[in-house]
Amino acid sequence: MVRYIIRRLLQAIPLLFIISIMIFILLQSSGDPLATMGGRRTTRPEDRARLSRIMGLDQPIYLQYVYWLIGNDWVQIDVDNDGTPDTYGQRKGVLRGDFGNSLVNRGKTALELINERLPNTLVLMIPAEIIILFFSLVVGIYSALRQYSLTDQLITTGSFIGFSMPIFFVALASMYIFAVNFRKWGLPYLPTVGMFDPKVGKTFGQVATHMILPIFSMSLVSISGYSRFVRSQMLEVISQDYIRTAYAKGLSERMVLIGHALKNAAIPFVTLVGIDIPFLLGGAVITETIFGWPGMGRLFIDHLTRYDTPVVMGILMLISLAVVICQLLTDIVYGWLDPRIRYN
Amino acid sequence: METNVTKTNIPAISEVEKPPLLLSQLVFLRFKRHKMAVAGVFILILMICYAIGGTFFKTEAFSLVTDTSIRLNAPSSVHLFGTDAVGRDILARTIYGGQISLLIGLIAMILEVIVGVLIGAIAGYYGGILDSILMRFTEAMLNIPQIPLLLVLGKMLSDKISPISLFGRQFSGSVIVIIAVIGLTSWMGLARIVRANFLSLREQEFVTAARCTGTKNRSIIFEHILPNTMAPIIVSATLAVANAIISEAYVSFLGVGVMPPTATWGNMLNGAYNYIESAPWLWIFPGSLIVLTVLSINFIGDGLRDALDPRALTQAE
Repeated sequence: MVRYIIRRLLQAIPLLFIISIMIFILLQSSGDPLATMGGRRTTRPEDRARLSRIMGLDQPIYLQYVYWLIGNDWVQIDVDNDGTPDTYGQRKGVLRGDFGNSLVNRGKTALELINERLPNTLVLMIPAEIIILFFSLVVGIYSALRQYSLTDQLITTGSFIGFSMPIFFVALASMYIFAVNFRKWGLPYLPTVGMFDPKVGKTFGQVATHMILPIFSMSLVSISGYSRFVRSQMLEVISQDYIRTAYAKGLSERMVLIGHALKNAAIPFVTLVGIDIPFLLGGAVITETIFGWPGMGRLFIDHLTRYDTPVVMGILMLISLAVVICQLLTDIVYGWLDPRIRYN
Repeated sequence: METNVTKTNIPAISEVEKPPLLLSQLVFLRFKRHKMAVAGVFILILMICYAIGGTFFKTEAFSLVTDTSIRLNAPSSVHLFGTDAVGRDILARTIYGGQISLLIGLIAMILEVIVGVLIGAIAGYYGGILDSILMRFTEAMLNIPQIPLLLVLGKMLSDKISPISLFGRQFSGSVIVIIAVIGLTSWMGLARIVRANFLSLREQEFVTAARCTGTKNRSIIFEHILPNTMAPIIVSATLAVANAIISEAYVSFLGVGVMPPTATWGNMLNGAYNYIESAPWLWIFPGSLIVLTVLSINFIGDGLRDALDPRALTQAE
């Protein structure tokens, strides 16, 4: 098992390299970092030349990538272009945990910005994912066990409509109903924007009530999609012989369903969830934007629109890393769920 | 004696068995039984009529007129769907935006299918090093989350191409960029399906037979194997249209997709959440059109999946 994990991690390294090269090339051709740094003022040409030498922008792209990867503190830079090198580079490179400085928020590194926002995203995403997994399993199993009943048909039709819904539509509609109209009708209404009411402060109750609508919008769409999947997997499994055997040897219904049917039906489901989870880190851009949640998604879109390449690059690499780790975890869970799979 | 024989040998016309149904007829029959899919076809036709027929009632110039004195007006008899934040008529914009949204869905799908089928077919048919290179590339693409990638590419490129004219309409160049970006970031799933089918089909006798008669590889791929994997491709292509429409809406919603003044259902929603209390018509109309279109396409895809299922086809009447 340990050997398997090590082998998988070693295999992940070239994949992460390919991804980082692809993203790096994409981002280098976008925007002008020097203009971003200058803000509203236009940078003087001599400053531009000096800055681009300091930041290594005058180098060919493969060298820029090397600097990004392993830093440039081993390279001498000729800042004033007089032929004699003046100083060593400042950057340490991604491999030593330096994603560069934010071009927009001066004096902060990209990693600091990400670290500020990551907890907010996790606070929103972990409860959301628990709710999504719980309800999609319950709804999916329930409708599989009552196949073709009225409830099953209602659930399958409802979930089909739900998973065709774009998340922004659900978010806007739920905001309109539960916040705007509930207030109009004098009912207790939910807050729409932000993480807490600045007048009250960041208390547990405040954050929890602000989470309801974003979690509702995200989970409605996800539960619809997942529960359809769980239902079809369960249907396939409960018609198998070993389920009949389990009933025949006198196991209780619950034991058969959870111990035998669900465990087998969950194998493809785990793959699906394992693919989706890391994307929650950056994929909730829409939800976070609509509900004004100060998380990674908002950070991403805010800094992308202002061409803050180091931050955008950092977020994308972090998500890719999460993808690789989640795939590994998925495989491990796989082996636990299905004893036929052995990692040797 | 002889007359008797001839009589029994020639059956009456009514006794002749009907010729077996063609595959397409069979699929059509099975598709018709899927009520939601048929409803989906009707809704989709309605949407297309809305986007195309609407041009006879409102001109495109009208959809672009800004008049800040009537900004954020509620729906009325003059502006049936109300006006947006700069006083443009939302009804006219949903018509012309619909054309673009549907066009993006359709062309991005075609692009996706071409890339996905080519990569999947080449990887599956030739195998070996070519297969592993292409599949590693596919995996890398799958590992980059699609929405952030769309946003990055949309932001980078959407203002780089100058406007173009087509069908007597002036498009923002970003339409092309968005089509290309969506098409080139969504082919991975299809490529994997096609590759898996090619892997199993290339071992079959008819492929060996084709090879023995000296058929060229290209002809084997496109004329012998590809027609046998059409079913999953058709289903994926249908669902790809819906996905492309949603992706465009996501990107444009966040303001990095198709650039105004060209309207799409997605970019009409951009900033709508700022007026959630005062002007709900900003998002209700374009949003509902997106939902209806996507839902109907998904229903059609579901119906096609059932109708084209080979396991179901063999046991059909």
